Amino acid sequence: MSSPAVDHTLDEILNLAASHFKVPREKLNADDDFFKTLGIDSLQALDLLTRLEQHFRIELPDYELQGVSDFRTLANRIQARL
Amino acid sequence: MNTFKGETLSWQTVNGVIELALHRETCNEIGSLTLVELEKFVASVPELAAEAHSLILYSTQKAGFSAGADLRELFERGQRMGKEAALRGVREFLERIHAVMNAIDAFPLTTIAAVHGVTFGGGFELALVCDIIIADRMTRFCFPELRLGLIPGFGGIPRLKRDLGNAVVRDLLLTGRSFNVMKAQQVGLVSQIAAEGESLQVARSTASQIGKFDRQTAAAAKEFVKPIPYAELKREIDIFCDLFSRPAVEKGLRQFVENEGPQPYLP
Repeated sequence: MSSPAVDHTLDEILNLAASHFKVPREKLNADDDFFKTLGIDSLQALDLLTRLEQHFRIELPDYELQGVSDFRTLANRIQARL
Repeated sequence: MNTFKGETLSWQTVNGVIELALHRETCNEIGSLTLVELEKFVASVPELAAEAHSLILYSTQKAGFSAGADLRELFERGQRMGKEAALRGVREFLERIHAVMNAIDAFPLTTIAAVHGVTFGGGFELALVCDIIIADRMTRFCFPELRLGLIPGFGGIPRLKRDLGNAVVRDLLLTGRSFNVMKAQQVGLVSQIAAEGESLQVARSTASQIGKFDRQTAAAAKEFVKPIPYAELKREIDIFCDLFSRPAVEKGLRQFVENEGPQPYLP
């Protein structure tokens, strides 16, 4: 699902992920598997989750990440809490 | 022993503060060796306490304070032993870890858990025995045991009930989700939030403040406000052992141990 609000949220997620995991922003795409693209494990995924919660000032239960591996779906989950 | 350097932890006394550092890779998983070294620590406390007013527990591992029980060791031992021997082994381990946790809980010194990153399961339970929890911004707290068909077994439920509202305890236990540090402070679990990587520094500053006060008064106040729920703690061991004997637990442990995917710490 896409909308201007979700696209904006998606953009912020991609910027934050690129900055924190030191990956060039242009290498990240909305439909990428973030575990593979960022080369992260579950501990680092929790780290990313914490940073996203702080950035968006939301609480995002980690079970919301079940079955979520692409940035766009993550953006939708975050948008639902804003 | 005023200083000790072990394989999983070390301690030393600095300016009247006993600093106990957990340093087992990858994330201070609590297995039999950690238990032995914690028992050594507890046995040393009467001597250490003579020269100290506070204890700080912290981790030197990047991933976090502690990911909890060493599930690989638990699973592998279970596979090597018969069911009954494995269950006896589990009960014995729990009774010993409870003795350690109860001893730290009752220490006459003021105890501070300086935590960061993953503070899960048995690691969360170790933080809960301390009087004060200081957490850095990246800390996450979790009781993931239900994911394995178990409940927390190191005394976490009675201690969480002692400290927090029952609704929060139910949320943590029944969803198996992790809380970030803001939520943890909102519900009264965390006393102070430190910048990323700075929980030890903040703990040292807090300990310095604590050191200004009369030890005997502080110990009496602590004993008054911090009852130890011994009956519930014993009951927790019984419930854990009843659950452990079920096939679902072996299946859950096997899945965790054999998981090569990126998501073992996610629910």
